[in-house]
Amino acid sequence: MDNSNERRHVMLNLVQHLIEETLKQVQCDRNRLSLIWHLAVCPAYHRQAKPGIWNLGILFLLLFILFGMGCQRSKAGITVAGSTSVEPFAELLAEEYMSRHPESHIYVQGGGSTAGIEAVTNRAAKIGMSSRNLIGEEKNLYTVTIAKDAIAIILHPKNPVQDLSLNQIREVFAGKIKSWDKLGGASHPIILVTREEGSGTREAFQKFMMGKEDIGLEALVQDSNGAVRQVVASNPNAIGYISLGLVNNQIKALKISGVEPNLTDIKNGKYTLVRPFLFVFNEEPGGEAKSFLEFVLSPAAQKLLSNEGLVPVLTKIAQE
Amino acid sequence: MPVKEKIIEKIFFLIALSSITILALITFFIFEEGLPLILKIGPKAFLLGERWIPSKGSFGIFPMIASSFWVTFGALLLGIPLGLACTIFLAELIPPSIGILLRPAIQLLAAIPSVIYGFWGLIVLVPLIQNYLGGPGLSILAGSLVLSFMILPTIITISEDSLKSLPPSYKAGALALGATHWQTIWRVLIPAARSGIVASIILGMGRAIGETMAMIMILGNAVKMPTSFLDSARTLTTNIGIEMGYASGDHRQALFATGIVLFFIIMGLNTLAIFLSRRSVH
Repeated sequence: MDNSNERRHVMLNLVQHLIEETLKQVQCDRNRLSLIWHLAVCPAYHRQAKPGIWNLGILFLLLFILFGMGCQRSKAGITVAGSTSVEPFAELLAEEYMSRHPESHIYVQGGGSTAGIEAVTNRAAKIGMSSRNLIGEEKNLYTVTIAKDAIAIILHPKNPVQDLSLNQIREVFAGKIKSWDKLGGASHPIILVTREEGSGTREAFQKFMMGKEDIGLEALVQDSNGAVRQVVASNPNAIGYISLGLVNNQIKALKISGVEPNLTDIKNGKYTLVRPFLFVFNEEPGGEAKSFLEFVLSPAAQKLLSNEGLVPVLTKIAQE
Repeated sequence: MPVKEKIIEKIFFLIALSSITILALITFFIFEEGLPLILKIGPKAFLLGERWIPSKGSFGIFPMIASSFWVTFGALLLGIPLGLACTIFLAELIPPSIGILLRPAIQLLAAIPSVIYGFWGLIVLVPLIQNYLGGPGLSILAGSLVLSFMILPTIITISEDSLKSLPPSYKAGALALGATHWQTIWRVLIPAARSGIVASIILGMGRAIGETMAMIMILGNAVKMPTSFLDSARTLTTNIGIEMGYASGDHRQALFATGIVLFFIIMGLNTLAIFLSRRSVH
């Protein structure tokens, strides 16, 4: 008798749980966790009962729910997806925003500028992040520049070369200058490191630096800013380009015709290798998205971005 | 009872069917996405073209097909002797007490996630190659070395099975005729298990060609025809892996088309392996 009571109890719990889940559509992780909890607890309840079709039934039911419900996002959250260059900064902003608004949740995902724009177009994400300007049909979307980012040409710290002209850099990346001794370094072959086709950083680099020249085919291709930095940091003969905000002490940023990539020279227009970081929306944002955007454009958030090495769009902070 | 059994039988049948359906759906999807592009630019320009510049509309994947085979060939060059030596040792020469330790250890090689292999290659092998042999370090040589470890479990477990499944009379007969243990292994057992061993090598090849994550990390991904083992290269799988995040339109289709080529290569290798291992039973 005890057994059947317990079993009924468990079943009731389960049904209640099911209803709750469907009504609330709680966050994926919590959902899975509680199901695992039930999967683990049910056998414990039934340890004394004979294994029968009921247990099997419960198991199947649970599996069904597990697969059927999948990952459902809570209504109180928005998804921000796109460029891997913007991603680390967006994560920072999201964290800050969530600490101020504990009731809301911002999910930040990478995937790339194009993927982000696509996600916004088919409404898989509320906000898309793009590190390139929109082209063609994409221009119909609503965009906001949240900051500007410079691209730094980076070298290994041990490389004696400090300063190259635009022309020299172009010829290096086109594969026309193949050895460091022509640029004042040791006589080692130059190892080019570039980003993959379609990357916003590559596109900006191609546009502002290469013009009509192609990046040499022998260039190593890495699929993120971090990977480019890693390769350059571990190879004294390598040259690459990454977002200025991600330059650290493992590598050094090259001067272009004497101009160092720093905030002052970016703001006064001397350093020209600059591209926008965009938030892309399907339509004029409202609700949670609007509130997040307002936060991102607020002095506090812009200050945060400025500290991370980006150029803020808010003129007051930009002038500081 | 019979009714219950019937129901359960049906459930299992459905589950089995669903896996085939999923396979069919994936195949259909890859072809539906990729085939239009191959037809648009022509199979010859796609398969034999040497320039891959998606932003300018050139989609030639020949360097990647070549690189895939370079890397795989390099992996086999090291993996086959190592794998065979290990198989012979495990099947014939090993004291049972060591076998208990060694066999799980080899199976564990298969359980290590490929990203770990890649990371190890990047941190350990790449700097070594860069310092002692020159070049970018991220190279076919590094990729082949890592792959040769990754295909070892496949080669060893399958060829050991085929050695073990030989009738005991082969070995007994050879020894009775006065052959030494080594002569028996080399002249009788290995030739008799040949087709199983070849099948294991081909399956290892399939694994090598299909490997993605570790290769993205250590090959350097340059899109050009490789000319030496110290060159950076991009295989078919890494081409998809590295560019899918940003690809759209024709570019995306071209990546699916790369998948079609990969699909045919792997299908071919697996069919060959099945064909060869069937022949071994006699």
